Amino acid sequence: MITIEHYLSLAAVLFLLSIAGIFLNRRNVILLLMCIELMLLAVNFNFVALSRYLGGIEGQVFVFFILTVAAAEAAIGLAILVVLFRNRRSINVDEMDSMKG
Amino acid sequence: MFEQILFYVFSGVLLVAAIGVITSRNPVHAVLFLVLAFFNSAVLWLLLEAEFLAIVLVLVYVGAVMVLFLFVVMMLDINVEKVRAGFTRYAPLGILVVAIMAAELGQVIWLRGSARNLSIIGSQQPDGYNNTAELGRVLYTDYVYAFELAAVILLVAIVAAITLTMRRRPGLKQQDVSRQVSVKREDRVRLVKMDAEKDT
Repeated sequence: MITIEHYLSLAAVLFLLSIAGIFLNRRNVILLLMCIELMLLAVNFNFVALSRYLGGIEGQVFVFFILTVAAAEAAIGLAILVVLFRNRRSINVDEMDSMKG
Repeated sequence: MFEQILFYVFSGVLLVAAIGVITSRNPVHAVLFLVLAFFNSAVLWLLLEAEFLAIVLVLVYVGAVMVLFLFVVMMLDINVEKVRAGFTRYAPLGILVVAIMAAELGQVIWLRGSARNLSIIGSQQPDGYNNTAELGRVLYTDYVYAFELAAVILLVAIVAAITLTMRRRPGLKQQDVSRQVSVKREDRVRLVKMDAEKDT
């Protein structure tokens, strides 16, 4: 029998993995964006599982909006990334210090 | 029992794919691992009877967002070795943060949750239940303002992405539509008065 704890544990492990990914790949902006997508997926897992558990549809509506915002975020983030690469020829986080005084 | 086997198989593949995302050296491999993770999540959501969101996850995420990621990864010429330098420098801090969060989440999920009998399978949906119809009904009645706001957010994202990445290159031959439309006859046609030629 699958209980709610199974899904919540899976989402928690996924979230922790994405946090570890942010620490490991902290110089590559593309991988940072992908880790954020993974994090949002973990949050969506919680919403879907709890919506099923509580018997309401509202959690799935929230997942719908999170998907929308995540798509917008990915589009704008990648556009910024492309402009950044065009100007600096690099996406290394450590080199983004041109506004430093 | 069958559902449990499905759950363990797909969640195992999902976690392996997530590990692949955060550790693979090649960004293209990372994107493909992320695609695998999204497919497995869609299957797990199908197990939760959230059919509409599972299909949306495959269509929107794998079909649009991941293809966008793949385009950007292939477009940018990334020096992988230079970016990977310092891979383990912040690993101790990362392990510490992850351990603290694991302890917190474990406490929330297991210690507080195990007091009650929290079974998902016990609450089967009734016959004739349509997840998509139900979601649409709620979305277009109770959450219609939020729905419209989401549409506005998508529009803003489109405009922002286009304006950010558009560039005007000097010396590029292109049409100026407003000048083309606003052209008048007087600007283009010139009547030249000249005497008729005489026969010799």
